[in-house]
Amino acid sequence: MDIAELQEIAQKERFSEKPVQIRCCVAAGCLSANSQTVKQRLEESVTSAGLEAQVQVTGVGCMRLCCNGPLVEVKEKNTDSLGTLYEKVTPEDAPSIIATLNGVETTVQKGDLAQPFFTYQMPIVLENSGKVDPERIQSYIAAKGYQALYHVLREMTPAEVVETVTRSGLRGRGGAGYPTGVKWATVAKAKGDAYGARSDRKFVICNADEGDPGAFMDRSVLESDPHRVLEGMAIAAYAVGANQGYIYIRAEYPVAINRLQTAIRQAQRLGILGSQIFDSRFDFKIDIRIGAGAYVCGEETALMASIEGKRGTPNPRPPYPAESGLWGYPTLINNVETYANISPIIRKGADWFASIGTEKSKGTKVFALAGKIRYTGLIEVPMGTPLQRIVEEMGGGVPDGRVVKAVQTGGPSGGCIPASAFDSPVDYESLTQLGSMMGSGGMIVMDDSTNMVDVARFFMEFCMDESCGKCIPCRVGTVQLHQLLTKIREGKASMADLELLEELCDMVKHTSLCGLGQSAPNPVFSTLRYFRDEYLALIAPVTSKT
Amino acid sequence: MNSASAAQKKTPKQALSATHASGDKRFKMLDATIKRYQYQQDALIEVLHKAQELFGYLESDVLYYVAHSLKLPPSRVYGVATFYHLFSLAPSGAHTCVVCTGTACYVKGAQTILTELEKSARIHAGETTPDSQLSLLTARCLGACGIAPAVVFDGKVLGNQTAESVCEWLRHCFAERN
Repeated sequence: MDIAELQEIAQKERFSEKPVQIRCCVAAGCLSANSQTVKQRLEESVTSAGLEAQVQVTGVGCMRLCCNGPLVEVKEKNTDSLGTLYEKVTPEDAPSIIATLNGVETTVQKGDLAQPFFTYQMPIVLENSGKVDPERIQSYIAAKGYQALYHVLREMTPAEVVETVTRSGLRGRGGAGYPTGVKWATVAKAKGDAYGARSDRKFVICNADEGDPGAFMDRSVLESDPHRVLEGMAIAAYAVGANQGYIYIRAEYPVAINRLQTAIRQAQRLGILGSQIFDSRFDFKIDIRIGAGAYVCGEETALMASIEGKRGTPNPRPPYPAESGLWGYPTLINNVETYANISPIIRKGADWFASIGTEKSKGTKVFALAGKIRYTGLIEVPMGTPLQRIVEEMGGGVPDGRVVKAVQTGGPSGGCIPASAFDSPVDYESLTQLGSMMGSGGMIVMDDSTNMVDVARFFMEFCMDESCGKCIPCRVGTVQLHQLLTKIREGKASMADLELLEELCDMVKHTSLCGLGQSAPNPVFSTLRYFRDEYLALIAPVTSKT
Repeated sequence: MNSASAAQKKTPKQALSATHASGDKRFKMLDATIKRYQYQQDALIEVLHKAQELFGYLESDVLYYVAHSLKLPPSRVYGVATFYHLFSLAPSGAHTCVVCTGTACYVKGAQTILTELEKSARIHAGETTPDSQLSLLTARCLGACGIAPAVVFDGKVLGNQTAESVCEWLRHCFAERN
């Protein structure tokens, strides 16, 4: 395979495109609303209307507005004008959508593609999502896919790749925000395994164990554009000198697993994965490892233990995985979204990427917008976008005439940001300052009917269940914290209990072994910081008795 | 009569498979998976996934078998099988109902749905009814937050559920069966 062949595939794919494209979302959200049948009916309707020569029905990835699925978009080829978006399409609607191509009006609900939910988006990670067919590699190649990998293998040295990624300012999208380039450089430099023996074996891992409740960005990326993640991983492997990659994915995402398997098979068949990729001396193989439902496996050392077939319990760091990871060999672990950012950075340059976002947080971030909000779904915005814009303008505010109270970011490790702080920009530093964190990108909006003590208790219950039990502060601390929160919720607590709660939170935060325990008290801290009166209101009756 | 027909079934398979005393064909399929992973001990989780897919749940006989095949101590296999939520050591009911209790679903009232289900099925989450008709489970997050609250009935994801709609499904399920 060389660049000419790659371009030939792209050309052939573009040439075979028909004048009218009908895109039907087949990502998990719409699939559960029966979009597979919708797609089938659309195809049948095209055939019965005799329009096969002009109209093409394709299944595509996520089209963002998940609350109104199944979504269908009708778009003419070679025009820059927006297509027509149909919402909540039922299989019975299919003939009437096809009839619109002949100028007949339809009663199917139309979406507004010019509404803020769409116009404020800046697709980099999701640029192919909703456009390419995730089950066909040709479709990805036609969208400039694998050109970055070709360029890297043929024209760049590994050191140049690492330098480009460092210069782009990309930071880990898994939550902590560690500079990706620095991590790559460490693994690239690492030599030898845990036992001090020199060895050239290294591994690249893609962390797709998206366990945060309320986050579904990684799932959407994998379902909508699996090849981009594979390409990012291959570039990373070349840069650090690894020949074997693993994708660790949750078993709860069967559609994503399936598409990844298809994608890997297709790439291998074309010689884009395997040995001597693009006739270079670079070999790279990717295997999928399916998780078995343990939240703690999102933590990198626990994840590696799980790949090794052990209980997913974390290990103390250092040594960091970059020096001694999988089976003791140097290992690079990045999140799905981080890998998805790599190919555009190579294609368009580090400076282009660094020009987007804020001073310390570059590029865009994908958020899963959910909860009590009018438009739920997937959004990708530049770093530094104010929360106000995301919640009020893009999300359309809270329905049913209620008032927005807070936004929860970062899952069980994050915190609740009150409505009063909505003017602050979304980037790593600002969110940390507000007592929350970027996390993987879940954003859950809560209205005034939500009790914040309940929310804190909900997250503590989650951490209690998911604690692996290896270290005592987390195993025992989360149980005690949960009991204290329950006591407060039931109105049986005193001021002393509240003090104890704060003290215990501090202890768990500072003495736990891994990220799960260290961040478990965060929801309590942030709700105590902004909604202390709700805690006090539940305590007041008891104190008045004494 | 049941046992007689089972014994009849066993004989030809026993000739084929010398791997397990019961001659159950599923052990042979498990063997194929183990062989595909080249008897690597690291593949324990993949093998357990396959075993659960074949047997429905992981009974101790199966765990011993896996331990023996991979040359691992049974304690290690048991430890891994009990650590991960997806591995089940007891058989599940004929129907399964999974209520998502992720944050988005929680904010939109998944707890009410779960309480209502627990009441009508008279079991707690994580349990199976005594007549082994229904298993009621919870999931941490299905990633279907856009259509919260979500409930999975026998593998089918249903979005925007209410306590009423879920109980209606439950009745429908049982009406079909009886």
